[in-house]
Amino acid sequence: MELHNLTLREAHELLSTKKISSLELTTAVLKRIRQIDPQLHAYVTVSEELALEQARQADARFHSGKQITPLTGIPFAVKDCISTRGVRTTCSSKILENYVPQYNATVIDRLAEAGAVLLGKHNMDEFGMGSSCENSAFFPTRNPWDLERVPGGSSGGSAAAVASGLTTFALGEDTGGSIRMPAGFCSVVGLKPTYGRVSRYGLIALVSSFDTIGPLTREVYDCAAVLQTIAGKDPRDSTSLSEAVPDYLKNLGEPIKGLRLGIPKEYFLPGMEAGVEKSIREAVRTLEGLGMQVREVSLPHTKYALPVYYLLLFAEASANLARFDGARFGRSDREQAKNVVDMYLQTRREGFGTEVKRRIMLGAYVLSAGYYDAYYLKAQKVRTLLRRDFETVFEQCDVLAAPICPTTAFKIGEKIDDPLTMYLSDIYVVATNPAGVPALNVPCGFSQGMPVGMQLIGKQLSEALLLQVGHAYQMATDWHKMRPPVA
Amino acid sequence: MTSKEQPQSTDTIGIEMVKHVALLVRLGITEEEAREFSHQFNAIIDYFHLLNEVDTASVPPANASGPSSNVLRADQVAPSMSREDFLKNAPQAEGSFVRVPGVLDED
Repeated sequence: MELHNLTLREAHELLSTKKISSLELTTAVLKRIRQIDPQLHAYVTVSEELALEQARQADARFHSGKQITPLTGIPFAVKDCISTRGVRTTCSSKILENYVPQYNATVIDRLAEAGAVLLGKHNMDEFGMGSSCENSAFFPTRNPWDLERVPGGSSGGSAAAVASGLTTFALGEDTGGSIRMPAGFCSVVGLKPTYGRVSRYGLIALVSSFDTIGPLTREVYDCAAVLQTIAGKDPRDSTSLSEAVPDYLKNLGEPIKGLRLGIPKEYFLPGMEAGVEKSIREAVRTLEGLGMQVREVSLPHTKYALPVYYLLLFAEASANLARFDGARFGRSDREQAKNVVDMYLQTRREGFGTEVKRRIMLGAYVLSAGYYDAYYLKAQKVRTLLRRDFETVFEQCDVLAAPICPTTAFKIGEKIDDPLTMYLSDIYVVATNPAGVPALNVPCGFSQGMPVGMQLIGKQLSEALLLQVGHAYQMATDWHKMRPPVA
Repeated sequence: MTSKEQPQSTDTIGIEMVKHVALLVRLGITEEEAREFSHQFNAIIDYFHLLNEVDTASVPPANASGPSSNVLRADQVAPSMSREDFLKNAPQAEGSFVRVPGVLDED
C-alpha cells in the first residue's frame, strides 16, 4: 500500500485502527517529497522537523484515545501566502524571501487543534498574480501529468503536490480561479468556498474582497472533511460570516435525483478545445443519469467578468501591496538609500517581479484622479450586474456545471510573453469571486492526455450541496482515482 | 452616463505617465521598463473599454460580498503581538524602535 497516495478518509481509517502511525505516514510523504519534488518544484519550504514533531504528538493522541478528529495525524501543506508561525512564508516573492511570521493564520490554528501535521509551504505565482505558477520568483512548478506543462495557478504547487502524493491534502487560495484552475489542470478536487466562509486572518492579502482559502484534495469526501475543520466565524476577520457551519459530511451519499443542473451557455464558447467540451458534456450526461434535471441557462454579463475582475484586482492589490516597503519586515534595500523614499523605491524595485509591478502600477492608474469614475467605479457597477446574474440563475437551478478553462494545461513559456493572453485564460473562473459564490472543481476526464476539470457553482453558502453533487459524480466515475505517471 | 465615466479609446499611457505612476507607488523602474510598460498598459486599458458597452446608469456600485455593515467589538484591551516578536521581523531594530532611513532629506 502506497501511504503517500492514501486519501484522507483511508488514512484516518488506518490511523484510528492503529494499522499505521502518523509518524510512518508523515515519514513516507516526506520521503516522497525528497524523491519527486526535485522534478516538480511544488514546495518552497519543507518543515521536516516540525512535521515529525507534530506527527509524534498526533500519535500520542491516538495512543491516549483523546482529541481524535478526522484530520488527526494527517499530513498537509499550504500555499505560501498563508502565515505559519516559525515557518518561512514568502508568497513566492523575493520581497518576502526570508520572512518568518510570528503568528499562525486562523486556518493553521484550526488544523493544528485538529491534530493535522504541517509538511511545508507550496509554490505559487508571486503574490497570487498569475494563472500558471510561472510568475513565482523562485521557480515554476511543473504539471505532474506532463512536466513540460504548467500546473495552473496561482495555487499550482498545492495542486501538483496533491496530485502526485506529496501531501494528503493542501490549502490553497482562490481570488479568481486560483484553486480551481490548478485543480482542474492537475486532476484533483479543489473548492473555492463562499467569500467569508473561511477566515482570512493570516492570509497575505491580494484582493481583500475576493480572496478565499479552500482545500485541495484527491476526493470530494476529503474536501468536505477539511472544510468542516477550517470554516466558521473568526472574530479576527471582520469579513467572516456569522452563519453557522453545517455538517458537510452528512449529505454525502444522498441521492441527487431531482436537483436542477444549469448549463450556462456563455461558458461554451466556440474555439474551446474539443476534448474539453466533450468531457464536460459527458460529465453532464452522467449527472443527468443520476437524476439531475438539466437545462440551459444564461449568465448574460459573463463577457464582462474578466475586465471587472482584473480592474478591481489591480486596484485592491495595489493598495494591499503598499505595505511591502522595507520598513518593518521583509526585504529592505537601504544601504544606498539617502532617505526613506529611496528605500521604498529600491526595495520594491528589487523585491517585486515584473507582473507584480505591472499590476501595482495599473491599480494606481485606475484609482487615480480623473480615472476613478471611468474605471474603478464602472467596474464596481458592472460587478453588481454579475451578482444579479447569479442570483437570477439560482432561482432557475440549484447548481451550475461549467468548464474551468477553454483548454487543458498549456506549455511552460507559451503564454508568459503577453500579459493579456494570460489574463484571457481565466475567462471561466473569474465571475465567481466578484459575486462571492462558491465553486467546486472535480476531475472529469482527459483531453489529449491532459486532465479536464468541471466546476460546479452554487449560490452563496451552498457548499454542502456542491459537495453532495461532486461526491455523487465521483461515486459514478473513476477519474479521481487516476494518478499521474511521475515516478 | 456622465462624460467622466466614458474614457476615450484614444487615451494613451505615455512613458511620462508610467514614470509618474511608478513614483506614486514607490516603484523604481528603468527607462527601458517604462517603455515596455507603456506599450503593455495601453493594450490592457484598451481592453477594459469593453465595459463601456454596459449601461450602468441606474446600477449601484457593489460593495464587498461579506457582511454589509461595520463589524464592531467592545473596546476591551486584549493581548496582540509582543514587541519582542514584532521586532524579530524588523530589518533594523534599535531598542524598542524600528529604524528606517531619514524621513526628511538631509540636503
